Amino acid sequence: MIDQLPILLIIIPLFAAPLLVLLGSRHLALPISLAVVWSVFGISVALLCRVIQNGPIGYELGGWPSPYGIVYVIDYLSSFVMMFVSALGAIVLTYAPPSIKQEIPFSKHYLFYACYLLCLTGLLGMCITGDLFNVFVFLEISSLSSYALISLGKTRRAPLAALHYLIFGTIGATFFLIGIGLLYQMTGTLNMADIGRRLSEVRAERLLAGLTQFSRTELVAFAFMTVGLSIKMAVFPLHTWLPNAYAYAPSVVTGFIAATATKVSVYAFIRLVYGIFTPNFAFETMPLDTALMIFSLIGIFVASVAAIYQTDVKRLLAYSSVAQIGYMLLGISMSNVDGLTAGIVHMFNHALIKGGLFMVVGCFALRLGSVKLDDLRGAGKTMPLTSLAWVIGGLGLIGVPMTAGFISKWLLLTAALEHDWWPVAVLMLLSSLLAVVYVWRVVELLYFSEPSDKAKRAKEAPALMLIPTYIVIAATVVFGCWTVYSAGLAQKAALALLAITESGIAPGGTP
Amino acid sequence: MISPIAFLNPENMIWISLALPLLAVVLIFLFGKMPNIREACTIGISVVLFGVICSLASHVFAGERPTWRLSEMLPGFEIAFTVEPLGMLFALVASGLWILTTIYAIGYMRGHHEINQTRFFACFAIAIFAALSAAFAKNLFTLFVAYEVMTVSTYPLVTHHGNEEAKQGGRVYLGILLGTSVAFFMLAIAWTWSVAGTLDFTPGGILTQASLDGKITNMQLSILLGLFAFGIGKAALMPFHRWLPAAMVAPTPVSALLHAVAVVKVGVFSILKVVVYIFGIDLIGGTHLDVTNQTGMSDWLCYLAGASILLASLVAMTKDNLKARLAYSTISQLSYITLGAALATTDSVIGGGMHIAMHAVGKITLFFCAGAIYVGAHKKNISDMRGLGRAMPFTMGAFLIASLCIIGIPPGGGAWSKMFLAIGAAERGHSFLIAALMISSLLNIAYLVPIPILSFMTPKGQEPLKYKEAPLMCVVPLCITAVGSVALFFFADQIYAWLLPITTISGN
Repeated sequence: MIDQLPILLIIIPLFAAPLLVLLGSRHLALPISLAVVWSVFGISVALLCRVIQNGPIGYELGGWPSPYGIVYVIDYLSSFVMMFVSALGAIVLTYAPPSIKQEIPFSKHYLFYACYLLCLTGLLGMCITGDLFNVFVFLEISSLSSYALISLGKTRRAPLAALHYLIFGTIGATFFLIGIGLLYQMTGTLNMADIGRRLSEVRAERLLAGLTQFSRTELVAFAFMTVGLSIKMAVFPLHTWLPNAYAYAPSVVTGFIAATATKVSVYAFIRLVYGIFTPNFAFETMPLDTALMIFSLIGIFVASVAAIYQTDVKRLLAYSSVAQIGYMLLGISMSNVDGLTAGIVHMFNHALIKGGLFMVVGCFALRLGSVKLDDLRGAGKTMPLTSLAWVIGGLGLIGVPMTAGFISKWLLLTAALEHDWWPVAVLMLLSSLLAVVYVWRVVELLYFSEPSDKAKRAKEAPALMLIPTYIVIAATVVFGCWTVYSAGLAQKAALALLAITESGIAPGGTP
Repeated sequence: MISPIAFLNPENMIWISLALPLLAVVLIFLFGKMPNIREACTIGISVVLFGVICSLASHVFAGERPTWRLSEMLPGFEIAFTVEPLGMLFALVASGLWILTTIYAIGYMRGHHEINQTRFFACFAIAIFAALSAAFAKNLFTLFVAYEVMTVSTYPLVTHHGNEEAKQGGRVYLGILLGTSVAFFMLAIAWTWSVAGTLDFTPGGILTQASLDGKITNMQLSILLGLFAFGIGKAALMPFHRWLPAAMVAPTPVSALLHAVAVVKVGVFSILKVVVYIFGIDLIGGTHLDVTNQTGMSDWLCYLAGASILLASLVAMTKDNLKARLAYSTISQLSYITLGAALATTDSVIGGGMHIAMHAVGKITLFFCAGAIYVGAHKKNISDMRGLGRAMPFTMGAFLIASLCIIGIPPGGGAWSKMFLAIGAAERGHSFLIAALMISSLLNIAYLVPIPILSFMTPKGQEPLKYKEAPLMCVVPLCITAVGSVALFFFADQIYAWLLPITTISGN
């Protein structure tokens, strides 16, 4: 049974989703899906523990040996990402009932839960699989279900935002698929470790034959896949789908997707660069590091400034997310241990911070019926606990010491200096000051303004929502002081990734 | 079973003294609905804390350097505490004045019927915790964390009144302090780490070796010093001083403890600490035997601090609002300490360290007086205070005594620290700076002394005596600190002896 944990992680939510639809019960949906998400979380924690104790696990689906069948790879990186994705998935769903009761018609509740579980399945699948085509399949599962989730939003603009995301997302996924096709044509395999190995063989052969080291097919495949994933990661300037999608989706959905979806795409990108193409190819042959650095920095500044001018808290946080993705990519593109550690740990820290903040916004949305800044005025008096949670989460977003945000910022800073990227270090610090502006704008509204009509009538959010919110917010403080299982694991993951690059052998592949 | 005596060793006393303010926070929230018990807890804990700190001081000044490690926050960056004389002195001042400020704050806050007193006292205790953490920090990383915790925990105090003015003040406060610390201080720390490979405060400094190895040029060292000097915005070096007057929107006890003692002193203390233990006096002062050509590394900072001293004093003269005048006076006095660090001689550094204590006791008295005048007579502006001394003799008398301390006239404690600073400037041969110090002292006289004198001088018949002294809880603390500012004059040699080890490399 223990050995079957990797497949159970995927099977349980995957089969629970259609079960919910078949049952069609509006009352059973909640307990079933809660049981599913928490058991998924339990499984991913168990997997993480096993990886910490025994090292990476390879799981062959149906007993088919590795390059022929699909293999699931659970190493430091994937188990770490799965752990926080499932944790946030579970905690957001626990928090969800009061919020969706208000925002989603009761008749659609079971569909919401089904889509939620499917989305979670897709995200976890992208993390766990060692098969490139499988990544695409899970990417589509998560994307399609998230389109559906977003379109459940209350306003009539929600379906439009979902359509916008659908078009962009489909282009991204198609690009990714084209890349996979090209790679398959070139190497005849879909196992990621195997592709990586064969690519290096091809490169060696081409060098011997006196050709350029990298074939055009490889370059084109890499380009398609990078652009495809960049859309899913919402890298500036391919981020345009994100603000509307986050703003018009139901609060719970925003919380879940903002905390997890873009991070998993970043994860896939890390795998692509470090597991298949090698950083040497991506950052030295292709100028991807420079490109990423430039786009990240521009994105950080543009999106942060855009966040400052938003009139709606959800959109404000959405633009902030675009900026934060920039920090992750900055770290990843440094391709040294510290930078990669910073990038990976920021995925985790930002998932906590942004997840927590969107949960806070969900509380406001429930009690105020709006997330417009004007309606938030003075809510600090009637909703003190929710407002305090915003302050703590906001401090994390700024990166004040003793919060998780500081850990990422500090790691990124030291990594940039180690890399001698002085301008990056300086710009990164300056850009983080923009976060002070957009976070504090809301804080000042909450505490120093005359209460709006809605805020006057509001009362504190229900405990059922506040407790999960505070668990996440408290986690941002805990992981700001104690980093053994955040930065520590991220560092191990980074070391493992760089070791693959050096040895050319990925875990889970046949030796 | 460990005996209590063995348990109270210096190492344990470090964490006990850090834990006590946090315990106070918990108790304050627990008894939030019962003001008398709440305040009794605060006073009780502050007294115990002062006792622990005094007992720790007896060990530290005897030459011990107790260390207590909490944990590694990040691989290679640990939160750890080591007590050395400079930090010990700062901790003594901060914890000692916390007792008096608490008593004063009770009188003030109740006299004023302020709202949210529980939040107020809790944030206050957190700020004391941050001040002690900074004082005991073993490395720059710990210091930085404590520094930022203090910025954030004092924001609710500054904006306590929650009105538009408080919002604006808080915006400037947080904007400048957070902005400078993130943009400059953090960068400086990371830079230091990347060239020196450590962030530990080490007698003799950690950058000397890096400089000898050619990892950092003298020009770069000068820039690094600048990043520290401006990054530590709490030192209020011009042009990053605007937050201090802005923070005066806070209730007066906050201004008193935080903006005369804890917050601003964390700033100048950090600068002294960086100069002494990160750069090393010899490296900055140009007296290091192996490093050539580095004279003048800190000259610009000396002159900037000198300019800051004079300009702030001049601005102070134009202010009619008493708290604003005191705020600019603080900016000027803080630059004395920065100057002491920048001059980087044994005397100037000790003078700077001594001025932390002298100015703290003197300035807190002045702020207490300003608050007492506001509680007793509801006056904020100096021009309205004529004749007030007849009605409030204790307050105004204390004001006069504390002014002497700030100006540096015997028997005020400030006389010694300013003298050591002047000696330091003379040793460096900066005659302009000696002149600046002297002129500034004259300016201090001009903007401080007339206030109490005029309040006593006005003929009795002209001013109706409708005011009386503020409540006892306000007046007693300010009398105690006024006496303290004189007492320090006679303890100066003791402080000198305590601080001397920090300037010698073998001080450990």
